Amino acid sequence: MAHIKVPENLPGILGPMATSPESTKALRELAEVLLRDPNTLTSAEREIIATYVSSQNDCCFCQLSHGAAAAEYLGGNYELIDRIKRNFDAAEISEKLKALLEIARKVQKGGKQVTGEDVERAREHGATDKEIHDTVLIAAAFCMFNRYVDGLGTWQPTDPKAYREMGRVMAEVGYVRPNWEDPNPDEPVEAA
Amino acid sequence: MAHIQLPEGIPGILGPMAFSPETAKPLNALAEVLLRGPNSLPAADREMIATYVSSQNDCYFCQHAHGAVAAYRLGGDEKLVNDVKLNFESAAVSDKMKALLAIAGKVQKGGKQVTTSDVDRARQHGATDKEIHDTVLIAAAFCMYNRYVDGLGTWAPSDANMYRENGRRLAEVGYVESTAQLPPIEKKYAQFGSHLGAKGKPVEDPDKARLTPGEWVW
Repeated sequence: MAHIKVPENLPGILGPMATSPESTKALRELAEVLLRDPNTLTSAEREIIATYVSSQNDCCFCQLSHGAAAAEYLGGNYELIDRIKRNFDAAEISEKLKALLEIARKVQKGGKQVTGEDVERAREHGATDKEIHDTVLIAAAFCMFNRYVDGLGTWQPTDPKAYREMGRVMAEVGYVRPNWEDPNPDEPVEAA
Repeated sequence: MAHIQLPEGIPGILGPMAFSPETAKPLNALAEVLLRGPNSLPAADREMIATYVSSQNDCYFCQHAHGAVAAYRLGGDEKLVNDVKLNFESAAVSDKMKALLAIAGKVQKGGKQVTTSDVDRARQHGATDKEIHDTVLIAAAFCMYNRYVDGLGTWAPSDANMYRENGRRLAEVGYVESTAQLPPIEKKYAQFGSHLGAKGKPVEDPDKARLTPGEWVW
């Protein structure tokens, strides 16, 4: 049971979000610009960074939902996401993404952990200042989202399959869809 | 030196915010609603939670920037802000505030550290669900802001007066308004004497372009 009263049947972040529309608007806009706005990093790469940081923070809901979004962007390659979470250096991803994930790994531990060498490694593999900036901010933002979700003790389904549809919606529709908190968005809403 | 190319000498989060206005917008909107929006928790208490978490994360810039806002809102009581950072349980704050700071301290370590007894303690001292929610989200958000500021290796001023002046301004004007009025990036460069803007264009009147400390907002 969550630490505060939230609507039933809303998993993870959706419960507390439903109780606080003002902060939710800013949080959704932040996720949208970080993960879906035009960027030289693909949305799959940005969702992978979000997923990896969430797994390092041991946040079940965030790592499974964003992992599902990343996998959906990659044609359903859920196995790759699992391998990245286990050991990204051994996964079949670009050297640039490995270097960015190393920066994200450091940010998760604390901002001051990021070294000049970490940043140089990313640059050597072609990362731009903007890509390094976005990697740091995505990693930092998920240190927030993860704490929001777990700090309030929210209910989180543990079956990865339960997140597939959510991942598809995150990839196809995004984070700022109106009435996101409505658990049955496809059912017509009765007029007031 | 910062890890990416930012305007020289721009303090803390302002450098990356000038670098990336698209993300600055929701970041400032979030700070505004969490720290200045209508709330049964006084803004001073919310700034105190932000300051405490930033000190636990060892983020020099954020703890001094938000500590200055908290002190300003408390009539200049910088001692209380320092007492809270050192040991909030023995500081002159309410029992409710101590319970909320204890929750914030747990969130800083990790979301799962927050226990039912932490939440019960806050409730016993009168905290509402909304206040507990906001405490968790403020603490979580500063785990983000702190990492953003330090993860990019930004520069933090050490002059306490600069933080005081900005604390007053942030309390009065706020996070969205302040950053909406941020001078163009060329002007920011000018204050450090290069007289050249971000795109290498000369600034017409460098003295006019120079910012006073009060304009250094974050």
